[in-house]
Amino acid sequence: MKIGKNDVAHVANLAKLKLSEAETEQYTEELNRVLTYIENLDHLDTEDVLPTVHVLPLQNVFREDETHLCLPREEALANAPETEDGMFRVPRVID
Amino acid sequence: MRKYETVIGLEVHVELATKTKIFCSCPTEFGKDANTHVCPVCLGFPGALPVLNKRAVEFAIKAALALNCEIPRFSKFDRKNYFYPDLPKAYQTSQYDLPVAVNGYLEIEVEGVKKKIGITRVHLEEDAGKLIHAGFADYSLADYNRAGVPLIEIVSEPDLRSPAEAKAYLEKLKSIIQYTGVSDVKMEEGSLRCDANISIRPLGSTKFGTRTEIKNMNSFKAVERGLAYEVARHTEIVESGGQVVQETRRWDESKGKTFAMRSKEEADDYRYFPDPDLVPVIVEPAWVEEIRRTLPEMPDSRQARYISEWGLPAYDAAVITASKAMADFFEAAMADYHDAKAMANWLMGEIAKHLNAEGLEITETKLTPAHLVELLKLQDNGTISGKIAKTVFEEMFSSGKMPGEIVKEKGLVQITDEGALAAIVDEVIANNPKSVEDYKNGKEKAIGFLVGQVMKLSKGKANPALVNKLLREKL
Amino acid sequence: MLTQFTLAEIVDKLAKKEISAREVTEAALARIDAVEDTVKAFVTQTREAALAKAAQIDAKRFNGEEVGPLAGVPMALKDNICTKGIRTTCSSKMLHNFIPPYDATVAELLENAGSILLGKTNLDEFAMGSSTENSAFFTTCNPWDLESVPGGSSGGSAAAVAAEEVFFALGSDTAGSVRQPAAFCGVVGLKPTYGRVSRYGLIPFASSLDQIGSFTKDVRDCALVMNVIAKYDPRDSTSANLAAPDYTTFLDGNVKGLKIGIPKEYFVEGINADVKANVHKAIAVLESLGAVAEEISLPHSEFGIPAYYIIAPAEASSNLARFDGVQYGFQAEADNLQELYEKTRSAGFGPEVKRRIILGTYVLSSDNYDAYFVKALKVRTLIKEDFDKAFAKYDVILTPTTLGLPFKQGAVRDLVSMYLNDICTVPTNMAGLPAISVPCGYVDGLPVGMQLIGKPFAEGTILRVAHAYEQNSGLPKKKPTLTAKGGAVHEKI
Repeated sequence: MKIGKNDVAHVANLAKLKLSEAETEQYTEELNRVLTYIENLDHLDTEDVLPTVHVLPLQNVFREDETHLCLPREEALANAPETEDGMFRVPRVID
Repeated sequence: MRKYETVIGLEVHVELATKTKIFCSCPTEFGKDANTHVCPVCLGFPGALPVLNKRAVEFAIKAALALNCEIPRFSKFDRKNYFYPDLPKAYQTSQYDLPVAVNGYLEIEVEGVKKKIGITRVHLEEDAGKLIHAGFADYSLADYNRAGVPLIEIVSEPDLRSPAEAKAYLEKLKSIIQYTGVSDVKMEEGSLRCDANISIRPLGSTKFGTRTEIKNMNSFKAVERGLAYEVARHTEIVESGGQVVQETRRWDESKGKTFAMRSKEEADDYRYFPDPDLVPVIVEPAWVEEIRRTLPEMPDSRQARYISEWGLPAYDAAVITASKAMADFFEAAMADYHDAKAMANWLMGEIAKHLNAEGLEITETKLTPAHLVELLKLQDNGTISGKIAKTVFEEMFSSGKMPGEIVKEKGLVQITDEGALAAIVDEVIANNPKSVEDYKNGKEKAIGFLVGQVMKLSKGKANPALVNKLLREKL
Repeated sequence: MLTQFTLAEIVDKLAKKEISAREVTEAALARIDAVEDTVKAFVTQTREAALAKAAQIDAKRFNGEEVGPLAGVPMALKDNICTKGIRTTCSSKMLHNFIPPYDATVAELLENAGSILLGKTNLDEFAMGSSTENSAFFTTCNPWDLESVPGGSSGGSAAAVAAEEVFFALGSDTAGSVRQPAAFCGVVGLKPTYGRVSRYGLIPFASSLDQIGSFTKDVRDCALVMNVIAKYDPRDSTSANLAAPDYTTFLDGNVKGLKIGIPKEYFVEGINADVKANVHKAIAVLESLGAVAEEISLPHSEFGIPAYYIIAPAEASSNLARFDGVQYGFQAEADNLQELYEKTRSAGFGPEVKRRIILGTYVLSSDNYDAYFVKALKVRTLIKEDFDKAFAKYDVILTPTTLGLPFKQGAVRDLVSMYLNDICTVPTNMAGLPAISVPCGYVDGLPVGMQLIGKPFAEGTILRVAHAYEQNSGLPKKKPTLTAKGGAVHEKI
């Protein structure tokens, strides 16, 4: 086993997914199989290889500091499940 | 005898004064109607993509150069992943391992001792939106106008050894950033924010103690007070044989205490990784030099110059150069005036008092260097007395009229005509026989009282020196 | 029937005013009425807007006004490409009601070119899958065998073109999501070079791998679509600031002396013998036209899939974090914030999406970042270097698009072998290269595709080779039967 149910539960929590006991078990089993397969990569020596983040050698892509039209507020809020006073409503946030 | 040493490091967030946000072209203006400065990019709508604001990069580099940082050739943006309703994408685009600037410092002076404070790094990131918590309700409201405003985070080395040093560091940092013009650095408007890491350790120890992170200190004074509170709290815990818990605490200004923030349910794991939607920033030395050339003279250098060129006391030079606006005003005024100390007295006295009372920068008032120079000259050539000068100042500060004009309008010209004054002097002598008697009996102080009476009767317009002379002649 | 024509033919007829945009649009809508119940390619149809646009185009043409190069041509967009005012769902419950207030750049370009949007096509939820079976709504059927899958994730677009509901469609390709369904549905599918087509408005799966591509009936049509969508976009930082050529100029049939590399790693275990035979026949056709084919090695090919299943889920876990029930989309009932997040995301995402989010979160977490994520980025370098070396000597690389034939819907599949569906296509995404899938034969009445991979931004070259092959393949002009074949369950790979 690469990962246990606790690991899956922890990761699910980071990703804000609530898993049932059965789901946790299923994902644990599946992820172990996928991770076992992924570990084929261990056969490769990558000690001196640089990672590739972007395939194109692009750099310094900038925008000038100029304003353009914003979204009208109605459009910004049109898809929101709950709004009030021109704002997005969420359950109370307490620190 | 002190047994412990305090170790403080500060993380300061500064909002950059670009016209538009860091990754989209929405305006950064403050105080507009909620969610009117938003677009698919800063609202985190799916499919929208970020494009980096060039000026934000230049401002970050400019600030970093003023803080004596190195600018690495390569930097990049990373995603910091966490869920919070003020963060529309559920990740903050920031810089993790390769920030735009590293290895800087600034110099502070506390109780006459100068000290260099290291700056670990300066990185660019986007601001979050604002949550409004309705007092009674069980929900919060989100406004994303601020989401995506460019920030730089300036991280100090743990070089600060007292709350006073922390405050001095912040004041100096604010002054330097203000000089660069990349931010208006107003703590009360949130364009400068400060979090602190603090720990204590036995004197002589080189190992760090367990630290706490303090948030929500919203003024320089709050930083000093909050840190002082934490020092005391740590000390008490250690003294009583306990252990400081590593945690984030919130400063409550009204209660004067820090409180542990509700511990998050899981350990933070931000899963930083390079943002695939943004490409690396390559800063060639030529670009750095180009930006360096736009830096104005920094406060330390100006301070030294004021002392050597104009013979200003070190204290005065430090106070005046702390604010670039003030220093610029001072220099402009000195172009047409000779007495630096007299000028400094006005700036640090009457003017500073008015600015503080109204929460203004000198550039936000009707006052110009020409106003102050004219006022000083009117005083120097005897047209008005020091007392009248203050009256004129009040009027000129509120109306913006030139002092000469005010003096003329209100008839405030000093009375230097002996004939006109003699009548007043005679009246005072006649009405104050007791003081006259005292003077004649050798009580030198009595003359002061008589001069004061003449000044009062002349509504402050009499020339005090002349009054003095006339009184002595007549008695 | 008008819908039988190719895009090029229809553009020609429209230009000559032999037919009107309205007639073409009505014909396409009639075709949809006739076959959509069996194919199930569309999540949303935009019939009224389409007819209105057609009328507008006709009026413009009548008045002698300028109309775009694709004026009056009905088409469809994969439902992960944002369309202003038109529901864009990613075939997910999470976005079942999402109406973007903006157009994707490609949607805008196609709009300006005069093409007519008939609707948004089905996909595997958030483009995660290779069959459209992961759609939260329904599974699209393969027009060649309604019991088989159309491939995926852009299965709806591929099926819509194959069933002649539209003349072309756009999809997105993260590991083969354009080319594999193109192969399965017997149409031409192109994934351009990363950066050639703007990603602005494409709801991302894995940003460093995603690229928008096209489905067309033939190679010339593909060139015509590319002429519209291949354009630098300042709104996408990863867009290449490079002028695009007129891709039709490459369609000259000349492949004499052209060097084709045939990587041996793509013809090994698991390949269907008939697929292999058809691809070899295609190689022989190209050789007969003067091209030179040689076996080559791309030694790191086998590591493409494992590296992909680290990088793509990692990026996806971050890209899909924004779906939290606050600004748009599905929101679950909840008493507090934590509950809002958890309930919304648990109920809004399907099982495959959740699986990949968990995997991606895992490989990015601090304990695993170097061992998995950084390792995969390094493997990405090795895969890219394989191609760089090969392209130093060869003009194009030719492989099968898939190792097997379209498989039956609902066939029980092992997770890892399901992931292996993309084995032939994923390395090009890892390297950002352009690749096209072209039909190269039929087995049991099901289409087979071959893949041509080009150097960065050499779409023209692969179009030239694909076109030369297409014109000389000697394949019968077959159309899908729109019937179920029954019979044996086709093995996957």
